[in-house]
Amino acid sequence: MLIPCPHCGTRPVEEFTFLGDAAPTRPTTNDPSTMEAWYEYVYLRNNPRGAIEEYAHHSGGCRSWLVVSRNTETHEVFGAVPARDFTRAKGAKA
Amino acid sequence: MTSYRLDKGGLIDRSTALRFTFDGALHVGHQGDTLASALLANGVTLMGRSFKYHRPRSVITAGAAEPNALVELREGGRKEANTRATMIELYDGLVSKSQNNWPSLDFDVGALTSLASSVFVAGFYYKTFMWPKSFWEKIYEPIIRRAAGLGTASKLPDPDKYEKSYAHCDVLVIGSGPTGLMAALAAARQAKRVILADESSRLGGSLLNEQEEIGGTSGYEWTQGVIAELGSMPNVTLLPRTTIMGWFDGNIFGAVERVSDHLRVPDPYEPRQRYWKIHAKRAVLAAGAEERPVAFGGNDMPGVMTASAMRTYANRYAAAAGRSVVVFGGNDSIYRTARDLKSHGIHVEAIVDSRKESKADAAGTPVLRGALVADAVGGKAVKSVHLADGTHINCEAVAMSGGFSPIVNLACHRGKKPVWDAKLLAFLPPDNGEAFTVAGSAASRMLLSECLADGAAKGAVDGKPITVPKCRDEAFAISPLWWVKESHGKAFIDYQNDATAKDLPLAAREGYSDVELAKRYTTTGMATDQGKLGNINAIAILAEATGRTMDEVGTTTFRPFYTPVSFGAFTGPFTGHHFQPVRKTPLHDWAEEQGAVFVETGLWMRSSWFPREGEDWLASASREVLNTRGAVGICDVSTLGKIDVQGKDAGQFLDRLYCNTFSTLAVGKARYGLMLREDGIVYDDGTTSRLAEDHYVMTTTTANAAKVMAQMEFAHQALFPDLDVTYVSVTEQWAQMAVAGPKSRPTLQKLMDELVMTDESVPYMAALEVSIMGGIPARLFRLSFSGEHAYELAVPADYGSMVARAVMQAGDEFGITPYGVEALSIMRIEKGHVAGGELNGTTTAGDLGMGKMVSAKKDFIGRMMAQREGLTDPNRQAVVGIRPVNPADRIRAGAHLLKQDDTPSMKNDQGYVTGVAWSPMLDMWVGLALFANGRARHGEIVQVWDGLRGHRVMAEICDPMHFDKENKRLHA
Repeated sequence: MLIPCPHCGTRPVEEFTFLGDAAPTRPTTNDPSTMEAWYEYVYLRNNPRGAIEEYAHHSGGCRSWLVVSRNTETHEVFGAVPARDFTRAKGAKA
Repeated sequence: MTSYRLDKGGLIDRSTALRFTFDGALHVGHQGDTLASALLANGVTLMGRSFKYHRPRSVITAGAAEPNALVELREGGRKEANTRATMIELYDGLVSKSQNNWPSLDFDVGALTSLASSVFVAGFYYKTFMWPKSFWEKIYEPIIRRAAGLGTASKLPDPDKYEKSYAHCDVLVIGSGPTGLMAALAAARQAKRVILADESSRLGGSLLNEQEEIGGTSGYEWTQGVIAELGSMPNVTLLPRTTIMGWFDGNIFGAVERVSDHLRVPDPYEPRQRYWKIHAKRAVLAAGAEERPVAFGGNDMPGVMTASAMRTYANRYAAAAGRSVVVFGGNDSIYRTARDLKSHGIHVEAIVDSRKESKADAAGTPVLRGALVADAVGGKAVKSVHLADGTHINCEAVAMSGGFSPIVNLACHRGKKPVWDAKLLAFLPPDNGEAFTVAGSAASRMLLSECLADGAAKGAVDGKPITVPKCRDEAFAISPLWWVKESHGKAFIDYQNDATAKDLPLAAREGYSDVELAKRYTTTGMATDQGKLGNINAIAILAEATGRTMDEVGTTTFRPFYTPVSFGAFTGPFTGHHFQPVRKTPLHDWAEEQGAVFVETGLWMRSSWFPREGEDWLASASREVLNTRGAVGICDVSTLGKIDVQGKDAGQFLDRLYCNTFSTLAVGKARYGLMLREDGIVYDDGTTSRLAEDHYVMTTTTANAAKVMAQMEFAHQALFPDLDVTYVSVTEQWAQMAVAGPKSRPTLQKLMDELVMTDESVPYMAALEVSIMGGIPARLFRLSFSGEHAYELAVPADYGSMVARAVMQAGDEFGITPYGVEALSIMRIEKGHVAGGELNGTTTAGDLGMGKMVSAKKDFIGRMMAQREGLTDPNRQAVVGIRPVNPADRIRAGAHLLKQDDTPSMKNDQGYVTGVAWSPMLDMWVGLALFANGRARHGEIVQVWDGLRGHRVMAEICDPMHFDKENKRLHA
């Protein structure tokens, strides 16, 4: 499997460390009433069949955290963006 | 002797004489032979015994699918079990042995199981060895394992080298027969980067084995021209002896190149095998087709083989399977077999064609139409065949053909299933799109002209196609022929696992009619050949037995590897010292001079203790502790993770990472920090120093250094992308040493260029940038893990050993000693400092007695989840000290704690010992433990129960700080 790192170009998957689904967003408050949201963020993950966006660390390369979109069924990789841009875009939408 | 060498012909070099042995007997073959062809040429047809019934076996095929002729090749550390004689290129000095027989291949006691074979049907083991249950592990399984099983592995290390390699190409062509050669040529002429791989020793595929005509010359001559052209092109890589063994995500192919398997020993600096990972933009599978055996009685007898194998032995290797042959099958290829054999002077008694009609040319050989071979008669060699109608024909060999199965394995490795074609009687490869196409007979193109054209078309999908040469075609027609039910003897489907045709209807009757269940119940297709020959026959028999179509039954799953791959190929060069890199600290040389004994900690080599004459580790570590606490000691702490953090928001970033606060830390000071995971559990600890307003230096534990760095990168990039901060690991850039003990200050003072060390200039938890030894930049921290008045001195890595030597010299008058990780660990337990045993992924800040450090004023990783009920429960196990009631007793790490009168049980468990040390200061064993509601229970007497080592002592729970509770020594 090859991952198109936005900084390093197309690199083999062995250079990357995967963390998991990038969909959950870290809550921005520490208000006790938000415990449920925190619980979901820390523990609950979907296991989709098909398209997913996942955190991947280019640990054997530029050390950037990326969000890689791929298909869990076919393992087709659609693209990768820096996690920083992904988080900012999410924040802008929210 | 039935088989023999033909007087002329074959792609063998008769001017060579290669000596080899099989079961100790010396034979001679030629360059170009395989072990199988050389054995046949020498009249050796008995090559092994079968797995279950110990029946005599010879070759069935001439290629990679061979299930029978498995031998032990070579000796000593190079011994390789279960190698296929059909794939072993003959070399001078080759040593081979038969397998699976006792006391000898010719007289095998195990063959007696054949007499009781009505008992050994499918499911026999499941049915017979069920009761009593306790017998399985100790009695049944060991006996069965001894009786069954194939060759034995060598227990000696493999002396040869293995390599790993990567390759990229535009077009990968798998297989170098007529289709593959045309595909490679078409792609190569378009200047594509081409890799052409073939599992055989020579390129050419079936054209080496058959009598063909292409472009007005022989098929073999034609291959030589194409191979020469390909070989001259810089954009083409030819990989003979290379098996593409798997197709993986992203059009990546795994391959094994047998670089030196055809030699007695590899040439100097050459590996035995090379493991390839090939990234191909496009791949063309031209793997050909496998001829199917026919299930009739005795179809495993030496002398019975597939028709194409018998042709190959005669055409390519000039080896005849017998003086007189019966050819049997249900398709036109048997006529070609008869003609080829005849052309070599081998007498063909009859063509037994299961079909009533055929247009094929028998060239004068008698043809029995609508006839079936029911049984091969003989024992260790065929003597005759019985036909279903009672006819008896004497012969020495039988060539059989049930049809052709496209070799679709690779095309199915990524999950798609092949599709049955009822007309061609073959499973065709699934459609995998443009990036992986299948061509030629692997796609069921049965005519040579079709193969050449298909290869040319699929090799060059874009651009101008190349001219396809003219060739002579053999017409092809086929009718179903799976199982001759008139047989009396055993009709084998899976030769290697001794599964017979009758086993499949039996499996269906007993409820295992699903193809995957039938496979496991009968073990059909589960041997090292993965059912290459027999699986389609098995599916057909299962379909008939259950009234389903071939499609409804379907195939079992095709998985990598196409053929067995050696562990050596996967391991590559990563064995012994090369298994993983070794990290040495900048003080390694110095520690070695001081006689350190090193211990592997992750990749690091850490100095563990520094023994003197006659000391064991405990005596050495105890002396090191006494010396440090009594005067001064020096310890290498360079392995701690060191991360340099800079930027406007550096303090704020650290505040997010740690549960306590760093933005308020004064410049020139250090602070202990505790890092949590997002779920509230403690992750790591260490000290962080502030060297300037926007400049911190963090330390992490040795074990977590890399993980913490990755976590910081995640926190910064994915969680808090707007913080203005940069950070870099400087673990390897700085050598760091702890200098501890009452004489540490006067020792270090001697190195200082300007600094006058006092409690005012270097107070407890100071972190200063200083200059030492005439201008070496250094960092001086007043930190203590030992509980002594102590410092850590960091210098650029290259100065490390030199500065350590200077510290030793400066401390000489005080009797300085180096101390290792063992002494460090004793002192931390004496002082109750937590380390890996307590930071074990289950403990909270509160459990460690650091609840007060947790800030309530800021956001940090783990803040919310740490507040959960379960993590703040006062009855949680907390860190306590523990010491034996009787000072002569020893407590051991891992032992569980129980109330005084309780019996050991999960319910009564109160906690466990996380670390112990012999304290030379207190003259007894002391430890740390995690103990339920521990801080409220100091003074309680408990049982320390060590069920594993059968040990139980009484101990007192106490404050974790066993020694110098007032911390007087720290500030002395």
